[in-house]
Amino acid sequence: MSQSAEKVLDHMNLFRAPEYTDMFESKKTCFEGGYPDIKVQEIADWTKSWEYREKNFAREALTINPAKACQPLGAIFAAVGFEGTLPFVHGSQGCVAYFRSHFSRHFKEPSSAVSSSMTEDAAVFGGLNNMVDGLANSHSLYKPKMIAVSTTCMAEVIGDDLDSFIKTAKQKGSIPENFDVPFAHTPSFVGSHITGYDNMMKGVLTHFWEHAERKENGKINFIGGFDGYTVGNLREIKRMFDLMGLDYTILGDNSDVWDTPTDGEFRMYDGGTRLEDAKAAINAKGTVFMQSYGTEKTAEYVKSKGQETLVFNHPVGVTATDEFLMAISRLSGKEIPAALELERGRLLDAMADSQAYFHGKRFAVYGDPSMVMGLTAFLLEMGAEPVHVLATNGNKEWAAAMQALLDASPFGQGCKAWAGKDLWHMRSLLATEPVDFLIGNTYGKFLERDIGTPLIRIGFPVFDRHHHHRSPVWGYQGSLNVLVKILDKIFDEMDKSTNMPGKTDYSYDIIR
Amino acid sequence: MSALRQIAFYGKGGIGKSTTSQNTLAALAEMGQKILIVGCDPKADSTRLILHAKAQDTVLSLAAEAGSVEDLEIEDVLKFGYRDIKCTESGGPEPGVGCAGRGVITAINFLEENGAYDDMDYVSYDVLGDVVCGGFAMPIRENKAQEIYIVMSGEMMAMYAANNISKGILKYANAGGVRLGGLICNERQTDKELELAEALAKKLNTQLIHFVPRDNVVQHAELRRMTVLEYAPDSKQAEEYRQLAQKIHANAGKGTIPTPITMDELEDLLLEFGVMEQVDESIVGKAAAAA
Repeated sequence: MSQSAEKVLDHMNLFRAPEYTDMFESKKTCFEGGYPDIKVQEIADWTKSWEYREKNFAREALTINPAKACQPLGAIFAAVGFEGTLPFVHGSQGCVAYFRSHFSRHFKEPSSAVSSSMTEDAAVFGGLNNMVDGLANSHSLYKPKMIAVSTTCMAEVIGDDLDSFIKTAKQKGSIPENFDVPFAHTPSFVGSHITGYDNMMKGVLTHFWEHAERKENGKINFIGGFDGYTVGNLREIKRMFDLMGLDYTILGDNSDVWDTPTDGEFRMYDGGTRLEDAKAAINAKGTVFMQSYGTEKTAEYVKSKGQETLVFNHPVGVTATDEFLMAISRLSGKEIPAALELERGRLLDAMADSQAYFHGKRFAVYGDPSMVMGLTAFLLEMGAEPVHVLATNGNKEWAAAMQALLDASPFGQGCKAWAGKDLWHMRSLLATEPVDFLIGNTYGKFLERDIGTPLIRIGFPVFDRHHHHRSPVWGYQGSLNVLVKILDKIFDEMDKSTNMPGKTDYSYDIIR
Repeated sequence: MSALRQIAFYGKGGIGKSTTSQNTLAALAEMGQKILIVGCDPKADSTRLILHAKAQDTVLSLAAEAGSVEDLEIEDVLKFGYRDIKCTESGGPEPGVGCAGRGVITAINFLEENGAYDDMDYVSYDVLGDVVCGGFAMPIRENKAQEIYIVMSGEMMAMYAANNISKGILKYANAGGVRLGGLICNERQTDKELELAEALAKKLNTQLIHFVPRDNVVQHAELRRMTVLEYAPDSKQAEEYRQLAQKIHANAGKGTIPTPITMDELEDLLLEFGVMEQVDESIVGKAAAAA
């Protein structure tokens, strides 16, 4: 026996022992009846050809490994950013289990959300009773200050109307009449997680603002969009805004609920935008949107209330951060402080130190549309070539804007933006027009294994590396983090290819 | 611009909903109202008299062709017909598959988000049959139709359907703003039809807003895929529809919360008018030979 109680082997090592490898081998030869290895290899190689790529891109009725999740995930992301808010998903339990685990695996924190536990009878008779009982239970068990309701496919297909259900639940006494229950219809089969974020953010603002009078007070609102680095990014935004002396409100501040300290007290809710601040946010002079793709409807709503909207695309790098800060400065009338100017100089210095290693390197980037746009702009700024950029949840407008960004730079010539394509398309791109590095989320590790392109993990979700979400990727400091992340991989790969003494390691390089 | 008025026509299948609604809306257009018709029926026949077309390309069939609703342009699904009435059909699946109710939700969301309702005086939903599921209740959700008009006749099953639709409206009326605007009786020349319709309206806490007499000119117009208003504007029937249009126009905000009745009450009503005879319970379920 290779396993013993005295020295327990992890499964990663256990199954390498001969008793297991022999067993797997004989199972394969005696029972599986598969094709010979040589044939499997032949087909695998063919799927990396141009011929296969053309077939792959002619694909119409099938999506393989989409780089996106569904709407309610984004709705929960937005909802937990408000003080004491319990996300309530009207639908079946399995969906919500997935949302909770998805966030917990990324942030390494418990993520609370409840479902109305719809089953077959609810599908037939409608989910009203589930809403009535669910709201009552959630309110009495988990003592939230607000319950934010979104939906899954099931509730949407049968046409449950949240507005009337919530009103009826209040009439039946599930929750107090004046209890805050914003809602958003978030059918999973439409759009993606960023659409869900948009819908819920708009739902919350509509709930607080719809019958309110606006009296401008000169403050500034900030909306980050769906962002895997929200913990680090929002804290960095606060630091920068505090340095500028701004009077601001972050709408949907989920930086604390996904980074609660271990101090002996479990917090189901922590931090978040105070509800009175969310209410008062209608009076702001303007609202800043950090990711234009995935906040369109919210921005339109904010604008309709008379506020100015400033819209960005996940700014990374000197140019993008400059534009961001100057726009904030103009809107608020506050100067950009010397401290931030120093940071800018330091970032520029660091970029100059390393730019030779970026120059001419070929990259593929995928993820949410605004993030891909921000990272691509940074790569161009560094003199790297973003050859393939892809967003499964990007639309035609994104592809056009992205292509314009690429075409405007000498480093973007011959580079292409792909909207609506999936990671199986990306595989064909990487196989036929190879690049040096791939930037994407954890799911990119399968492409890395299959094609051999080294993966730099930037995006959501990142399940297999810890704590990345604690460091910002926005602002001058955040850009420095991105720079280091990419550089580390460039140097690791360089070391790997120059590590044979006397053969490839000509100059005993310890300095890069 | 006056506030957007949203209304919906419901009623039993084959009762003449689409004919009545299109003729009435044509009369409203004559009064200078800017109108959008949203057909909520997979058969997609809610706009044929206005457009003189067999069937319009629907939102959902075009979406299926394009890949998804997000790929559609609003111009593709809006057609202009008689007196510039804007027409659109939600469409839906073939009988027996898919979910037509979801189709209605998808189509209405698309139209709203893409500005189809901008600058309109009236939006009218023409909805098939009963309120069979949540999707077909979409037009009576909050911020959609303010008044529902039920097209019925003196036939028992049409009255039964009218009562059922009232139940659907009641569900949403308690929590929201939707109201029953009234019954429209499409004459079938059944016994004591007017009296029955008025009595049912009273029971349902509403009004019989108009009694539309039967006239063959409607069929003649239909064969030409036209409304009576366009085919024979000077006819007596066209005048009826004009009256109905004026009544609906004047009925804004006057809808009521319906009080649906039980099946027994409905049968009692028919007994009362002598339309139905007291059923001898001893013969129920017995075949001719046995009796």
